[in-house]
Amino acid sequence: MVEVLSEPAGRGSYSGALLEVEDLHVEFHTRQGVAKAVNGVTYSVNPGETLAVLGESGSGKSVTAQTIMGILDMPPGRIAGGQIRFRGVDILKLPEDQRRRIRGEGIAMVFQDALSALNPVFPVGWQIAEMFRIHRGSSRSDAKKKAVELMDRVRIPGARDRVNDFPHQFSGGMRQRIMIAMAIALDPEILIADEPTTALDVTVQAQIMGLLAELQRDSNMGLILITHDLGVVADVADKIAVMYGGRIVETAPVHDLYANPAHPYSKGLLESIPRVDLKGQELYAIKGMPPNLLDMPSGCAFHPRCPYRREDCATAVPPLYPISGSRGSACHYWREVVDGSR
Amino acid sequence: MAPAEPILQVRDLVKHFPLTQGILFKRQIGAIKAVDGVSFDLHRGETLGVVGESGCGKSTLAKVMMALERPTSGSVMVNGKDITKAKGAELKRMRRNIQMVMQDPYTSLNPRMTVGDIIGEPFEIHSEVVPKGDRRKRVQELLDVVGLNPDHINRYPHQFSGGQRQRIGIARGLALQPEIIICDEPVSALDVSIQAQVMNLLDRLQKEFNLAYIFIAHDLSVVRHISDRVAVMYLGKIVELGGDNQIYERPSHPYTQALLSAVPVPNPEGREARQRIILQGDPPSPANPPSGCRFRTRCWKAQDICAKEEPLLQIRPGTDHPSACHFAEALDVVHSQS
Ligand SMILES: Nc1ncnc2c1ncn2[C@@H]1O[C@H](COP(=O)(O)OP(=O)(O)OP(=O)(O)O)[C@@H](O)[C@H]1O
Ligand SMILES: Nc1ncnc2c1ncn2[C@@H]1O[C@H](COP(=O)(O)OP(=O)(O)OP(=O)(O)O)[C@@H](O)[C@H]1O
Ligand code: SF4
Ligand SMILES: [Mg+2]
Ligand SMILES: [Mg+2]
Repeated sequence: MVEVLSEPAGRGSYSGALLEVEDLHVEFHTRQGVAKAVNGVTYSVNPGETLAVLGESGSGKSVTAQTIMGILDMPPGRIAGGQIRFRGVDILKLPEDQRRRIRGEGIAMVFQDALSALNPVFPVGWQIAEMFRIHRGSSRSDAKKKAVELMDRVRIPGARDRVNDFPHQFSGGMRQRIMIAMAIALDPEILIADEPTTALDVTVQAQIMGLLAELQRDSNMGLILITHDLGVVADVADKIAVMYGGRIVETAPVHDLYANPAHPYSKGLLESIPRVDLKGQELYAIKGMPPNLLDMPSGCAFHPRCPYRREDCATAVPPLYPISGSRGSACHYWREVVDGSR
Repeated sequence: MAPAEPILQVRDLVKHFPLTQGILFKRQIGAIKAVDGVSFDLHRGETLGVVGESGCGKSTLAKVMMALERPTSGSVMVNGKDITKAKGAELKRMRRNIQMVMQDPYTSLNPRMTVGDIIGEPFEIHSEVVPKGDRRKRVQELLDVVGLNPDHINRYPHQFSGGQRQRIGIARGLALQPEIIICDEPVSALDVSIQAQVMNLLDRLQKEFNLAYIFIAHDLSVVRHISDRVAVMYLGKIVELGGDNQIYERPSHPYTQALLSAVPVPNPEGREARQRIILQGDPPSPANPPSGCRFRTRCWKAQDICAKEEPLLQIRPGTDHPSACHFAEALDVVHSQS
């Protein structure tokens, strides 16, 4: 088993989805009470595929990713249920040393905030080289050579001269590229990119997204892209999981979701994008405020803000109703949403 | 509509921050040219959008206009008077008329002050505006105007969501009934679902009070939605200035074209065929900008003249609005994509 998990030779020997998250529950025990951050998340990714995870701030996107990576803050965090299968094996049940091998080589992550994720007191080249020394036992000079190669690969100009520079000597876009270099150092099968371009402007964002697409093409890597940028998602995603209040409220192939959303929240998001042909008019806005995790609305968590709600929405939690193929919506009235009647 | 007298005239505005070395004896070894010769007008009731890469000088421009920073040179005329030269009581009076809404709703409000104190603070500074006895009522009116519950006047910022906190910032900006509000990334930190609420509020208030906005943001579709005219900045300078359709439909500066072509379109149809102008490299340092045209190091059109001669911001043959490029030509980057 260990072999299959860590040896590149083992790739392709498992026939199900490469990574499967199933009915994951994560909660935080805080002084104010129990915050149910993740309430039954299910999604999967295959080699070469891009899954975009969209959703409101605080909806559990990052916590789900941290749980996959095994870096959840515990306590206060607690995994209250569910499975995370990598090549069919539930990694939540693996001992720590085996998980550590998966981290980096099997699944790697680029974090939301590049500056705070890099250690300010070590040169960036040294930080990349560490990956090779720890995981591959490379010699100091070998590891450094590989670090320069990687910095080249993510297009840091003059990589050879800059390998000894410190994080603060790089621009935001360059730091993000260095984070990507560290994440892809061990050639992972899955890369989780948590808002990799949120802090960057569009020209740098386009560079980074292009770089990720290229890496994916080269090594058939699966990508989980966490973002709330509906433009970026439309550009690169194969399929989408929309989160609200710690749950997946809609899953769909990218074209279906944009053409015909099946959950009122996804639909509201798409409608609130400013559009050229509607300039001068009021924007569609989702009413109300995001839910409080300490005091989740009963029934459907979206019901206080939902234009489609009926009485039972406040009492019955909607399951993820299958629509067709891989499409699903956690709305009792998804048919009306798809039909466009309000 | 006859163009009225501009309410704000910015002329040749320059702000350099000294770069120093040494701890005891500081020597100036250079300057960060954050804003380097910016001119534009703003009319009553109008919105001017300001876009550009991170670090190009947008917030510095805002601070100089608010007289929070002294410019190195140039002027900012508010209703015909230069705010950068104003002092004491006069500066105080002029400031009443130009207010700011800050980028980050999470850190820009003092956590130890109640919402009532935060919104009412401008009345303490400008005590002549509203008599003391009427202030509480006035603050409650302001809460109501921005769509918050007036009964929440004694709550603290942490008891509000991000979108609500941004509304508090807007209510505070409105307190002194200014004619100009500078919004520095007012919706960037907000959830997509809340962003539209705040944009609608800004729109409504503008119509109600005939406010003029300077709207700084990095989301180009948000800027287009709210702006009448748009200024595109690159490394301390405006490189293109025009009406929203002129900038978005017929951009003529290569930087604007690259910027617009890089904006991801929220529609997956036809994405494989979309063409992008991907800029190579990073923006140069504002401490040492390239000679001639500052964009030339990343520009695919650059010729010898671009390194030698600085292109002025002016209308050029074949274009209908000012552009600072020797080779400006209108190009429809948005529609030619799909
Ligand atoms: N260490 C922690 N302790 C307590 N609560 C936490 C902790 N980490 C996350 N949470 C809570 O879990 C919820 C989900 O957070 P998460 O970071 O997953 O949101 P997100 O969907 O990634 O949002 P964003 O778009 O803002 O990044 C939030 O309400 C957050 O406050
Ligand atoms: N007080 C200061 N001292 C020295 N340099 C400064 C100071 N304030 C800003 N700068 C520099 O001036 C330049 C312009 O900064 P500014 O904050 O105006 O950019 P911006 O366009 O608002 O960027 P962003 O989109 O990231 O907010 C940057 O290089 C910045 O580092
Ligand atoms: S289940 Fe009810 S409240 Fe929830 S999204 Fe559907 S209609 Fe709205
Ligand atoms: Mg997050
Ligand atoms: Mg700024």
